[in-house]
Amino acid sequence: MDIFGSFALLLALLAAVYAFGAGIAGILTRRVLLTKSARNAGMAVFGLVTLAVAALEYFFFTDDFSLAYVAAHSNRALPLFYKFAALWAGQEGSLLYWSWLLSIYAFCVLFLNRKKHPELMPYAGVVLAGVQIFFLILNNFVASPFHVLGSADSSGVFHLTRLPEGHGLNPLLQYPEMVIHPPMLYLGYTGFTVPFAFALAALLGRYPGEKWIHITRRWTMIAWGFQTVGILLGAHWAYAVLGWGGYWAWDPVENASLLPWITGTAFLHSVMMQEKRGMMKVWNVWLVFTTFMLCILGTMLTRSGVVSSVHAFAQSSIGNWFVGFLALIFLVCLWAWWLNRDYLRSENQLDSLVSRESSFLFNNLILLAACFAVLWGTLFPVLSEWVTGSKISVGPPFFNKVNVPIALFLLLLTGVGPLLAWRKTSLDALRRNFAWPLAGGAVAGALGFVFGFRNFCALMCLILSVFVALTVFLEFYRGARVIASRDGANLFTAAIDLARRNTRRYGGYVVHFGMVLIFIGIAGSAFNRDTQKEMGIGQSLAIGPYTILCQNFDQVNNNNYQSERATLEVFRNGHSVMMLYPERRFFPASQVTETMVALETGPLRDLYVVYAGRSPETDKPVIHAYLNPLVKWIWFGGLVVVIGTGLAMLPNRRAALALRSVAETSWAKPPEGAPAVAAVRSRGDAHD
Amino acid sequence: MSTTIEARKKFLIGSGIIVTALILLAYAGYTQSKTYYHTISELSALHGSSLRQRMRVSGNVRAGSITHADGRTDFILEEEGKSLTVSYTGRDPLPDTFKDGAPAVAEGRLTPDGRFDAEQVQAKCASKYEATPSSASGDNKS
Repeated sequence: MDIFGSFALLLALLAAVYAFGAGIAGILTRRVLLTKSARNAGMAVFGLVTLAVAALEYFFFTDDFSLAYVAAHSNRALPLFYKFAALWAGQEGSLLYWSWLLSIYAFCVLFLNRKKHPELMPYAGVVLAGVQIFFLILNNFVASPFHVLGSADSSGVFHLTRLPEGHGLNPLLQYPEMVIHPPMLYLGYTGFTVPFAFALAALLGRYPGEKWIHITRRWTMIAWGFQTVGILLGAHWAYAVLGWGGYWAWDPVENASLLPWITGTAFLHSVMMQEKRGMMKVWNVWLVFTTFMLCILGTMLTRSGVVSSVHAFAQSSIGNWFVGFLALIFLVCLWAWWLNRDYLRSENQLDSLVSRESSFLFNNLILLAACFAVLWGTLFPVLSEWVTGSKISVGPPFFNKVNVPIALFLLLLTGVGPLLAWRKTSLDALRRNFAWPLAGGAVAGALGFVFGFRNFCALMCLILSVFVALTVFLEFYRGARVIASRDGANLFTAAIDLARRNTRRYGGYVVHFGMVLIFIGIAGSAFNRDTQKEMGIGQSLAIGPYTILCQNFDQVNNNNYQSERATLEVFRNGHSVMMLYPERRFFPASQVTETMVALETGPLRDLYVVYAGRSPETDKPVIHAYLNPLVKWIWFGGLVVVIGTGLAMLPNRRAALALRSVAETSWAKPPEGAPAVAAVRSRGDAHD
Repeated sequence: MSTTIEARKKFLIGSGIIVTALILLAYAGYTQSKTYYHTISELSALHGSSLRQRMRVSGNVRAGSITHADGRTDFILEEEGKSLTVSYTGRDPLPDTFKDGAPAVAEGRLTPDGRFDAEQVQAKCASKYEATPSSASGDNKS
């Protein structure tokens, strides 16, 4: 089975190389059959990598510890779905997983567009195959998951060994979210390959018109959506599992996942400048390129241990491969851009400072500043070692000082930007659009101040959040009122109807609203409290409105772990409100002890209790309690963002009908529902 | 198109102000949180202001050196034959992986008497994958 898997990987590499070579040959010779066979080879990569993944999973499910990777990341007693998730628990497996997800994306792209965009697809196929070649080389020759265990004897004969039991999955990963968080994040990372492929393809092929930008935008939204979910699930995992009371520590690997998200966000906004006004073409192309390079950088930081982090302790030489690949991508992008820079000439200039354009420009400027600051801080140990010889790291104060003002400014733009008109906004329009939201924000600020929001940033965040939420609400209300008065429907159904007519715009608003909820949740961290106490049975601890009484300590064992557990009763105003059971689990297979947090979560605050261990002096259990306000808003906001992203990707309902008549007349000026236009137009292409 | 030039100028001035403010903030954050990495053998060569830097020192915990006394944990870090006495006074309990022989990272400052006052101690798993020669990495979350 290991040979089967290895061969599948090798064939996948050959198929990718063929797709790359034949694709280029097809473009140069303009032979349709060659292009077609390159595309089929690109799709075949998916099948072959799938076989390799299946082979590796077969080892996990049959508890066959003759493979080093399986022995290192699984054991017999491991629950079944963690055996499945062990696929991405380590270096070799997660690189294979990268290749697999990429091959799924590539398959979808090649299959869905097999009859469309004949000028664009061959180039995109070549770029996709190029990226696949790199990862398949890693899978085959640098970090193969199919390494068998064994040793050579004195005469040089290699003897295979099969361990009776594996070392077990890292207990930190034995948590339901770890089964979905890496796939989501990886779908984000790999997903940004697709927009990259289309952008580079359009540039290389000098693809006429702006159609490629619609395709790129859709795929960016898919990747962006997954990346958002992945980051938030990772934060939630850190919060619920690591037991330090927080969800974000500016750890290099967390930062790595944030970087492409930031540039992706910038692209999703500035792409509108290109669609509506023909501006910022060079900028957009480089944003897509940068996003992809940051994905590769992120994968490298996670995988290579270049920067030390809780996630990436291992040192390995794989970093050199990634650095080489990054340099290659950069050179290719630079070359493609230099060759075709006249193709990206801007059609318009900035007309006024109070306009949609300038709000997008500021949005991009500070998103890029945030990205740069985070990148700089993350790589600072490496950079300072190169330049000065001494390794210097920067901590959370650096990241917070820069990013908190940026976040507040972004929040302001989120409210202001969408209501500014293109080109120039009149003072009258400003007053009409912003009077109510501003008043609402001011009232919220005053109330917040009275009720104890004395932290400046938290107060600003509250004011701006209410302001943005009201602008979003007003946009829905105004649009819905028009529909309601015309169709006689109630406001709620009218609002749904409104959103379905222009999914992109109203989906965007829903995403903005979700971000507001996330911001409110983050602002809550200004009011975090925690306390720690050695507690015997019958002793109690007070935090905020709660009193925690220690009832009992006991042991719970099963064949995967042994656990020490505290039974705590929580009182509020003298009434018993809940029981909490923080635990410490010892996993014999991996000889590791882990903390299980007891978490009581509510809309206003989380009570987060950790059994921190026994005091070394008195041997009494130490209980650490945290009171974290509003954390739940972050996870709920994330859900709203996902719903909004999904809405924005739906086709416009009425637009398609209405456009059918428009279609005959002219395509020169695409109306408001641009994505639907793209959909209808591409359908038109299919018949060509 | 004088309005265009005017708008561009305003945008550039605005950008300049934002970027300058951010650079100042970044610098403030940097001076507040910068931490130097040093090996134990480098510590003896430090002098002047660099002795008062916030720093991070790594090594292995000497077996049997961990002692606990009135809210403080003392231990000795060793690296390449050099050793450093560390006092941990932080509030958080030490990680479970902190054991005799485990690789650990202490973050804090040197005291004038040559001890290391650690505010934070991280410990790595004592390499549990030694038995499997080809597996380099284990603990990756993503």
